[in-house]
Amino acid sequence: MSDTPADLKYTKSHEWVRDGGDGTVTMGITDHAQAALGDLVFVEVPETGRKLSAGDACAVVESVKAASDVYSPVNGEVVEANEGLADAPEKVNESPYADGWLMKIRLDDDSGLNGLMDAEAYAATLDE
Amino acid sequence: MPFIPHNEDDIRAMLEAIGVDAIDDLFDEIPESLRISELEHVPPGMSEMEIERLMHRRAAQDHGALCFIGAGAYEHHIPAAVWEITTRGEFYSAYTPYQAEASQGTLQLIYEYQSMMSSLTGLDVSNASLYDGASAMAEAALMAVRANRKSKSARILVAGTVNPVYLKVARTIAGNQGLSFEPIPMDPATGLMDHGALAAFEGDDITALVIQQPNFLGNLEQVDELVDWAHARDALAIAVVNPVSLALLKPPGEWGGKGADIACGEGQPLGVPLSSGGPYFGFMTCKGAFVRQMPGRIVGRTVDLEGRPGFTLTLQAREQHIRRSKATSNICTNQGLMVTAATIHMSLLGTEGLERVAASSMANTSRLVSRLSEIPGVRPMFDSPYFHEAVLRFDCPVAPVLDALAERDVLGGYDLSGDFPELGQALLVCATETKLEQDIDAYARALGEIMRKAQVA
Repeated sequence: MSDTPADLKYTKSHEWVRDGGDGTVTMGITDHAQAALGDLVFVEVPETGRKLSAGDACAVVESVKAASDVYSPVNGEVVEANEGLADAPEKVNESPYADGWLMKIRLDDDSGLNGLMDAEAYAATLDE
Repeated sequence: MPFIPHNEDDIRAMLEAIGVDAIDDLFDEIPESLRISELEHVPPGMSEMEIERLMHRRAAQDHGALCFIGAGAYEHHIPAAVWEITTRGEFYSAYTPYQAEASQGTLQLIYEYQSMMSSLTGLDVSNASLYDGASAMAEAALMAVRANRKSKSARILVAGTVNPVYLKVARTIAGNQGLSFEPIPMDPATGLMDHGALAAFEGDDITALVIQQPNFLGNLEQVDELVDWAHARDALAIAVVNPVSLALLKPPGEWGGKGADIACGEGQPLGVPLSSGGPYFGFMTCKGAFVRQMPGRIVGRTVDLEGRPGFTLTLQAREQHIRRSKATSNICTNQGLMVTAATIHMSLLGTEGLERVAASSMANTSRLVSRLSEIPGVRPMFDSPYFHEAVLRFDCPVAPVLDALAERDVLGGYDLSGDFPELGQALLVCATETKLEQDIDAYARALGEIMRKAQVA
């Protein structure tokens, strides 16, 4: 059973979002996503300053089986990326909601989180 | 196992199973106007006997001619063992070695090839080959756009001394993918890229600079300065190189302060015959940091469950069979057989052999240039240092001179008037290690007679 913390928002494509309360969010991939991908061998995060629209491919997570795109959950600009993952991609497997975060994004507007699911709704999609 | 996997009955059974009357029905969604009914420019098939006669007739046209043409493809001696070994059943397969358990020999050969190319170019990693030098340059440009995350422009500056065919091919392959290729003029006084012309790009967002060494005219560019110029402006440096020249010249990985980022080029001089223009193979190497953006296959060395060394395709997750349309490229192992020949060729020659080939090609071209320059109406075009190709300036039109030489079984060189009209009547000549002193004498004698007649007339 995968972990879906209640204080986060989620997308159908298995990204999570933590609201920083200051107009920025932190995002990563969910516990379910990391388990489905298997051991990651490489993570490519975007450069800071990159402008994103919700649904844009913004990172690549590569396991021995596949390289998969990660999609931006919100509209905004990348203000920080977890560069440490280049040398330690396994952090995404070990700690998807903390050390394995992918990037921080400054939201274009407050409506950014409206379309996202809460933990209960996301967990329900995993049961389908 | 039969060679033909299904017969008419099988096909009928399969069509019935999916409820379709004819195979053509499966292509219904393609509009009629887009379908080709007949290949107008392709002649009808011929029997093996007819083809054999045709090929012998064509081959006879080349008979005995002495070739002094380079311009991107070079005649080198290929030891008989190279193709004897390459065409053994164990190697003679076009198939990509997906299955490590069945392909250790092929995989090890590619791994050795990659190690040799990395070593020659002074860069960390090599792929398993590309189609040819021109498409390798196009792929290098596409790779630079992926790898250079500081640049958004997809603008590729190309030295005007790069093989003009490579530029055309790069525009064909990558021009419709948002890349622009912008030539930097050649300085007609030196036959080198005009460094002053770079000033026009100061402050612009440039993705990469492409430099060819030796350049298309045979001359040696100031590569250190050019690589440093690119890096100072957050552009990547792409080196197009002749692998044989690298036995003597500084490898791209050591150009400038930080080295070129990507090296690529035509592998034909390493054991592949001229053969009317192909098949050849392209090569590409790069710095380790860019390996995930590199197109094509890469073979890695690893250990099996019992700790025994073995070889396997690696970094496949970025490739087309996994990433589909988002793959790094649609490049595979490409020219596996040519690479097999090149690897065997390089291992037979060794470091010293390759150096001797390069040095004697350089010495022969130098001898050829001084012999031909003794002839009235012919002189060297540039003072710049060159490797095994050089440009001669003629007082009369080059094309009829080449025709007259061909009648005497001398293929005298590459007429530059089409690609570089600013050079006037200019001929690019090359004498590799395959040219003996008497061959160079024969060329000089024939040219002397032709020029004398031209001046009398």
